Amino acid sequence: MAKLILSMDGLVLKEITLTKERTTIGRKPHNDIQIDNLAVSGEHAVIVTILQDSFLEDLGSTNGTVVNGQPIKKHFLQNNDIIELGKYKLKYVNEAPAAQAKAADFEKTMVLRPGAVKPVPGPSQAASASVPSAAASESGGAKSFGDTLVGGGSAPGASQKPSPAQSAAALQLLSGPNAGKELELTKPLTTLGKPGVQVAVITRRPQGYFITHVEGASFPVVNGKALDAQAHSLSDHDVIELAGVKMEFFLKA
Amino acid sequence: MDLSGVLEIASCTDAGMVRSHNEDSIASDQERGLVVLADGMGGYNAGEVASGMATTVLVTEIQQSLRQKKPFDIDEQSGLPFAQTLLREQIAKANTSIYQAAQSQPQYAGMGTTLVVALFYDNRMTVAHIGDSRLYRLRGDDFRQVTKDHSLLQEQIDSGMITPQQARLSQNKNLVTRALGIDPVVEAEIHDYETLPDDVYLLCSDGLCDMVSDEDIGMTLQTLSANLRLCAQQLVQMANDNGGRDNISVILVRVRKGYSAPRGPLSRLFGWFK
Repeated sequence: MAKLILSMDGLVLKEITLTKERTTIGRKPHNDIQIDNLAVSGEHAVIVTILQDSFLEDLGSTNGTVVNGQPIKKHFLQNNDIIELGKYKLKYVNEAPAAQAKAADFEKTMVLRPGAVKPVPGPSQAASASVPSAAASESGGAKSFGDTLVGGGSAPGASQKPSPAQSAAALQLLSGPNAGKELELTKPLTTLGKPGVQVAVITRRPQGYFITHVEGASFPVVNGKALDAQAHSLSDHDVIELAGVKMEFFLKA
Repeated sequence: MDLSGVLEIASCTDAGMVRSHNEDSIASDQERGLVVLADGMGGYNAGEVASGMATTVLVTEIQQSLRQKKPFDIDEQSGLPFAQTLLREQIAKANTSIYQAAQSQPQYAGMGTTLVVALFYDNRMTVAHIGDSRLYRLRGDDFRQVTKDHSLLQEQIDSGMITPQQARLSQNKNLVTRALGIDPVVEAEIHDYETLPDDVYLLCSDGLCDMVSDEDIGMTLQTLSANLRLCAQQLVQMANDNGGRDNISVILVRVRKGYSAPRGPLSRLFGWFK
């Protein structure tokens, strides 16, 4: 269950568990979290909790509500968010279920039956101006579906960054019309060859890079040996032959 | 009509990296153009039982019914193609079976399953779904989700409470608002869609779409559509590489060519004598 830790000048004052559907914050005594400070409005903000998720909404307070340094109207609270009201700070703590002991149990799909959760009086729609603090980054890969084909002649565009956890790798063409060109393996999947003739795919995985046959009668050849249908792990300086073109796989430092 | 020359079907199912057993269940009948995917839930082995019952009941019953009637026959009462009526009836039947098993056997109490079914016929398909198992379509460069989850998150997105981007950060995942076998009656969402040659359809459980972004799924389908079996394995592998926290199931269907139902006067005549 999520909780809030109220502090001022680094001094923890209180810990509040978010058990209610609506937890109000304000200066007046009827609030669930009362903060007796003139910088805080009578009814300052409300936290709406729906099962494991909590949403913070400013109730038109005089001095506003700030989360992680940004003023907000409505905000989808994430673990370790810092809510600031005047001099007071509220830290939102909601450990991801994955971090808890029985991870598998939390992941299980469950049915939410009507009546199990009371319908939530949704936070006002006017608050749609909220800025998601951590909007999922749009993968740049979406628009560039078409992969560079060896033989296709087009130069590989290497604008994307590989995942930082993994060393970057590239292919250098050793023969064919584009000999000398380098093709960076930045996408999770890179296809090589000519569709309808022979195609292989190089997959980027946490364990490294793998080459797999996709279509065509002949299989790719790595270091002089033809592959079978299984994925083959690539090592630095492996030489791949495919659709009559030779290329070298290498890891970038 | 035999669709084995028209449809290419590949599938893959895996327990994932965390779960000890696989509660997903998949089935397909290429000849009749039927694919079924179910993601079971419930303690111990009950999830497997529920999803297994759903796929078995649906496949056998639909096979039976299609012997007597064609999916494109128009139902006189409703004016809908028989495929729709068929799916609705058989899903209701599967629901009753699972519900009754759950009621009568204490170890199965509370079991249920999500479901997505597609029946291909006459250049189109009827899709029925319950819960958060999905159907996606790749047509040319366009990859999109066809079904809309019956889940708390989807309802929150629909009501404007959260954006789809925020939904990815939500901790209320895996809460479905509809499932097969939980209540005495369930309403499946059923729609008809036209299909085109070279379309690729993906049916999957939430174990795939929770672990792999739609962008990556779309890219994989597009890059590997020449080899559906490899594509299915690759999708499962990507979900596992990203953590594989749930069971992962995928069914891929590629439409090779058009398959309009025979409706000439001659075939009608044959129909008469049947």
